Amino acid sequence: MTAPASPVSVVRARRRARAAGLWREFVATRSGLIGLLVLAVVIVLALLAPLLVPIETLDVTRVTAGINEPPSAAHPLGTDPSGRDVLGMLLWGARVSLLVGFSATAVSMLIGTAVGMAAGHFSGLTQAVIMRVIDFFLVVPSLVLAIVLSAVLSRGLWTIVIAIGVTSWAATARVVRSQTLTIEARPYIERARALGGGHLHVLGRHVLPAVMPLVLANTTLTVGSAVIAESTLSFLGLGDATQFSWGSMLKRALDTGAATAGFWWFVLPPGLAIVLVVLCFTLVGRALEAVLNPTLRGR
Amino acid sequence: MTLAESTPALEEEQPRGSTLGRYLAWKGGGAAISLVMVVVLGFFAFRVLPGDPAINLTRGRRVSAAEVERLREELGLNDPLPLQFVSYLGDLLRGDLGVSYVYNRSVGALILEGLGPTVLLTGSAALISIVLGLWLGQKAGWARGSVFDKSQTGLALVFWSVPTFWLGLILLLVFSGGFGWFPSGGMVTAGTDLRGLALVLDVAHHLVLPVLTMVAVVYAQYLMVMRASVLEEMTSDYLTTARAKGLREDLVRTRHAVPNALLPTVTLIFLTIGGLVGGAVTVETVFSWPGLGYLTFQGLSAPDLPLLQGTFVVFSSIVIVMNFVAELVYRVLDPRLRSS
Repeated sequence: MTAPASPVSVVRARRRARAAGLWREFVATRSGLIGLLVLAVVIVLALLAPLLVPIETLDVTRVTAGINEPPSAAHPLGTDPSGRDVLGMLLWGARVSLLVGFSATAVSMLIGTAVGMAAGHFSGLTQAVIMRVIDFFLVVPSLVLAIVLSAVLSRGLWTIVIAIGVTSWAATARVVRSQTLTIEARPYIERARALGGGHLHVLGRHVLPAVMPLVLANTTLTVGSAVIAESTLSFLGLGDATQFSWGSMLKRALDTGAATAGFWWFVLPPGLAIVLVVLCFTLVGRALEAVLNPTLRGR
Repeated sequence: MTLAESTPALEEEQPRGSTLGRYLAWKGGGAAISLVMVVVLGFFAFRVLPGDPAINLTRGRRVSAAEVERLREELGLNDPLPLQFVSYLGDLLRGDLGVSYVYNRSVGALILEGLGPTVLLTGSAALISIVLGLWLGQKAGWARGSVFDKSQTGLALVFWSVPTFWLGLILLLVFSGGFGWFPSGGMVTAGTDLRGLALVLDVAHHLVLPVLTMVAVVYAQYLMVMRASVLEEMTSDYLTTARAKGLREDLVRTRHAVPNALLPTVTLIFLTIGGLVGGAVTVETVFSWPGLGYLTFQGLSAPDLPLLQGTFVVFSSIVIVMNFVAELVYRVLDPRLRSS
């Protein structure tokens, strides 16, 4: 036996060992690892965009290239209807798409976890009211609601973040609720209550850590849908017109008739970028889910 | 909705084994509350959230202060809020959704016109993707781990990650711009006066690309749900019994496993209607399909608040009612939920 360990360090060591085990399992689901690696590359590229492509080069008044130029050595993905470099716009677009994707997911997870835990923890009228609200947001077409929100609020990046976050939390809340119900049925919660633990203590110290893994898997999957939602709202013209995003590039492609004119270099790349990022998030999310939820293993 | 939530294990805390009447009241009450919430949200989102609707309505146009004031009076904005709400409710009940100022026509009439094309588009797309998704899903689940399974789930995941509107653009690029096989938009060829079969064929010709777009993005979720559902049934004892009777493997699948696996997918099919409606907005925008989604898009550019409010209320109500129908259908299909 080694030196007597304090309870805290024992818990830490156990958590570390468990995390290491989960990581090994995650790596073993090759698709999840591939997704994670590709995402890392995309994120690094997005962060480096200002260095790789100075924003001045995308200024409409300063471009030197012709409009709708097909791909060439100078412009690997050609130019858009204003003569801007498509590859440069694509890199800058990654910043907005990922920023909105992550922020909207954070909003969605925060609301979803809080509401879901409350719905599982409380009973009676409180629970009934919360459940109705969850059901409502689950059923209402989220894109239509997001359109309404972004139409009535002032245009901008954060409006889109809020619109997506507020309309996409219900599914998380439902998952978190059922997990909360399972956990609160366990004896140690009863013990915590018997020792005088209040609502906040039970929820914060016992339920929250137990639902976190589930929320994590859900987060990765939600980022993917948030990226799609962002591009959809920007495509409909609800985004920040002063910033490049993959959605706004595609809106420009539709507005200028690039698709019917056959300018594939302006239509394909933004969409492929979205598909790549969303697919990676889905792969990572599914791998996480399989690792954290043993009943799904081998599916 | 993400794919992950499409697991068939739906926990529903409905009163099991209660009588049909109580069940109807319970679910109907829930749907009614949701409808009320849509109506209330429709009111507050467009009247309270954005500040002054009169300013919003005149945004981008040059108006004098007196004109704004007259508009405020006309819209009843100078009345106290509860009074506004009551008149809004009254209008809604009479089917009066206000006047769109992009089209300068009654919003109700515009929505009625758009309803048909939207139902035609989403209906055909839903039907095809449900049949396709469920069929591929049960095949994939039954042959779990096979090349067929892996390629089908892989393909479905890729399509699921595709933004609907982009797929539409690609199809336009290839089949309309490139080959010129299909028209680039609209529901009928402009400037023609077709009747009877010719009209049907013309509409069908216009329908191909939009429907294809929606199906490609939507069928993945049905495939994944059905696959997971079949996997749940795979280890059931009744399948062993069926095999012991000497049934061929194909019959075990089609007569025993699939009917049971279909059950949980029913609710989910209806739950995805909300997503279909979202898809309709973008697909109709790309293909200028004259439905509710295109109408919403037109309302956005102004922004035409009465029109947006109308489409929001109508879209949401349709989805809520469909969900209520789903609960009823599910109850009829699953004997375990009927009175025991």
